[in-house]
Amino acid sequence: MNKLLLNLMLISSVILPSQGKAAEDFVYADHALHTRTLAASCAACHGTQGNAVTLNAEFDATTLAGLDKAYIVQRLIDFRSGARPATVMHRHANGLSLEEINQLADYFSHQKKIKRHVPATQTLKAVHDE
Amino acid sequence: MMSSLTDFNRRDFIKTASALGALSFAPHAIAMGKKPPIGRVVIIGGGYAGTSAAKYIRMWSMGSIEVVVIEQSPQFISCPLSNLVLGGSQQINDLTFGYDLLKKNHGIKWVQDTVTAINTDAKKVTMQRGDITYDRLIVAPGVDFNYDSLPQLQTGDAQKQIPHAWKAGWQTVYLRQQLEAMPDGGVFVMTIPKAPYRCPPGPYERVCQVAHYLKNHKPNSKIIVLDANAEIVSKKGLFTKVWANTYSGMIDYRHDSAVVSVDVPTKTVSTEFEQVKADVLNVIPPQHAGKPAQMAGLLESDYPWCEVDFLSYESKHVRDVHVIGDSVASGLPKSAHMATSQARVCASAIVELTQGREPDPAPVFANTCYSFVDDKQAMHVANVYRYDAARKIMLSAEGGGVSLAPSEKEGAYAKAWAHNIWSDVLT
Ligand SMILES: Cc1cc2nc3c(=O)[nH]c(=O)nc-3n(C[C@H](O)[C@H](O)[C@H](O)COP(=O)(O)OP(=O)(O)OC[C@H]3O[C@@H](n4cnc5c(N)ncnc54)[C@H](O)[C@@H]3O)c2cc1C
Repeated sequence: MNKLLLNLMLISSVILPSQGKAAEDFVYADHALHTRTLAASCAACHGTQGNAVTLNAEFDATTLAGLDKAYIVQRLIDFRSGARPATVMHRHANGLSLEEINQLADYFSHQKKIKRHVPATQTLKAVHDE
Repeated sequence: MMSSLTDFNRRDFIKTASALGALSFAPHAIAMGKKPPIGRVVIIGGGYAGTSAAKYIRMWSMGSIEVVVIEQSPQFISCPLSNLVLGGSQQINDLTFGYDLLKKNHGIKWVQDTVTAINTDAKKVTMQRGDITYDRLIVAPGVDFNYDSLPQLQTGDAQKQIPHAWKAGWQTVYLRQQLEAMPDGGVFVMTIPKAPYRCPPGPYERVCQVAHYLKNHKPNSKIIVLDANAEIVSKKGLFTKVWANTYSGMIDYRHDSAVVSVDVPTKTVSTEFEQVKADVLNVIPPQHAGKPAQMAGLLESDYPWCEVDFLSYESKHVRDVHVIGDSVASGLPKSAHMATSQARVCASAIVELTQGREPDPAPVFANTCYSFVDDKQAMHVANVYRYDAARKIMLSAEGGGVSLAPSEKEGAYAKAWAHNIWSDVLT
């Protein structure tokens, strides 16, 4: 299917705040609580507040913090439609509402980009297991 | 360096305050960083759930809620990736971490001790060293093993010979050592309890890891899987294919085979139908909510897990006591990712409730569980879960599912998952 057409269909299936207003113009203040926990559940791969650890350039998860909002929205919509192939992201993108996609994109675009690290490993201590 | 900087700032604050003249006590106290906390949350357990809750309560309350974690272990040892220790591609020391950065970065008070009693009327937790009171309690103790039907395995000594290795640590190391010592042509027997148990795909991932090791080092050996369930609990199609293709002829899978007794000296397990003798025996016992959940009276009478309100993870039975992670009664998979997601919904709710506000009425979160089929290739099961207001439970959304096939690419992403979740919960 034509990619643009599909995007239009997806976008028009949500209730827009007012006629002619782009999806990017939502105001998400009401959704702060919903979005902070939803966004935080992305941390398992994308790091705290969207700052992924960087170790192996090819397979690092994308750092979402500070990315352009429209770019994040487009990526998620493309994962959802299959326009962009994914290993696992289509599963997540398909489970989200378009409103949530917009909220998440807005949230991550506003996060500060900071370098995050994997904690240092230690030698297992000789304590008794349970 | 760090502490002299803090001293400097502190002196600076005092100077500024006195230069401004007679300030009222309150702003001075704020400037000194001594604003009294608006409440104290005590968290039992510093695993995936407890660490996440501690960090996010501190972050989202902007440090205004005091958080005390009680954790018995001096180190954090990751269950995720611990099956790879059995396969030989990871060492236990790759999965072992300290709590220092988490404590320091977020101002979390930490007590290394074992909780021995909980009085929810007096809002008091008893540890070996003494008591602590709370405004809200989070119980995050993971799972505990039920040895009612397997009393032979209750002692530390028996578990050294027949490890469960279902909490990563020395038992993982012992099981690996036993596999290394097993002669080629030996029999590895693993038993799986009835669901729900921690990590639905975990036992089948373990079968792949042991098979991977044996195929490369002891190719005449066999694996017998005695599963109490009617069929493979998670990623069935994928595991079945991998066993048939990659480990053909090595794995003998027997469903509906619950263990009824174990003879420790001869490493023999009995089911209702048969006796099976092993060279290396791994019994994963039936599980229930961790001991602290039992101490606080949070379990259902007929079901050994804790019912909660999925908007706040507050117990359905005891006020101001929340339960997160593996101990929760739910249709959700007992995974590390799930434990962190629940922890953050709970943290967000506690931050709001403590300030007299309502939590999010419709939480949504994601879960991804990877399983490694050898040293490099992994496959996922992933879902978004949404709160269903009518049924008051979390339900999986459309679009979830599993990989088409395991791949090295997903293996790399599975490692990235581990690195990021460790970074999230421990720094
Ligand atoms: C082999 C294996 C592989 C796995 N692989 C994955 C995977 O790839 N991905 C995934 O998402 N999940 C995986 N899991 C599941 C994951 O490990 C659990 O779901 C997760 O650890 C649950 O977190 P929790 O905080 O509830 O419990 P835990 O992480 O077990 O934490 C509980 C903590 O409470 C402490 N505690 C208990 N009782 C007391 C007490 N009385 N006093 C003080 N402290 C106490 C314990 O010491 C422990 O540190 C795997 C599990 C296993 C066994």
